[in-house]
Amino acid sequence: MSKKLAIIATKGTLDWAYPPFILASTAAALGYDVEVFFTFYGLQLVKKDLDLKVSPLGNPGMPMPMGMDKWFPVMGTAIPGMETVMTSMMKSKMKAKGVASIEELRELCQEAGVRFVACQMTVDLFDMEPSQFIDELEFGGAATFFEFAGESDICLYI
Amino acid sequence: MANFDQELDASGLNCPLPILRAKKTLAGLQSGQVLRIVATDPGSVKDFEAFSKQTGNPLLESGEEGGKFVFLIKKA
Repeated sequence: MSKKLAIIATKGTLDWAYPPFILASTAAALGYDVEVFFTFYGLQLVKKDLDLKVSPLGNPGMPMPMGMDKWFPVMGTAIPGMETVMTSMMKSKMKAKGVASIEELRELCQEAGVRFVACQMTVDLFDMEPSQFIDELEFGGAATFFEFAGESDICLYI
Repeated sequence: MANFDQELDASGLNCPLPILRAKKTLAGLQSGQVLRIVATDPGSVKDFEAFSKQTGNPLLESGEEGGKFVFLIKKA
């Protein structure tokens, strides 16, 4: 009887997208039965066209080049365009270091049989269209999540 | 190094790709066949030990060769 991993993904930025997909794909590779429930901003992770950003604003402790994290004022991180700059820098760094892209990790999860469930309530709340999401996605509510999470060996809130 | 049936070059790939690629490649092998994996990610040493223990595919060898990490995993 394989172990079960349940993950709730609630964040929609590039840096927060990695933990759920890495954990889900690795657990699946180790033989776990995995289900990820995407709610609130986590819904960004299951859109067909991913446009995830990372922002230094509100991310204390984020390492920055040239020791910027030590002297760059927080106000500076709110300058228009900073988010885009930071996102491209982070993406290039990841590519240079051989880190998988979110698209790749997501695909690997699906290949490994990880189940993706989107929170119906937040889809409605943010007026999102089901067609914006990837095909292999179920829609459900909190009770749906508990059906699996209640039996899980590991349950993570990300 | 002992014999192997297939080689997977995971050089330049970082966690969790070496494990994920290995799993995919192993799925294509017959029971008893051996997969040789070459990786540059230092984290892969512990990862493959854990992978082997969790999935029951024996890790026959784990070492270094030419500055890279080399593993031999037998499909159970």
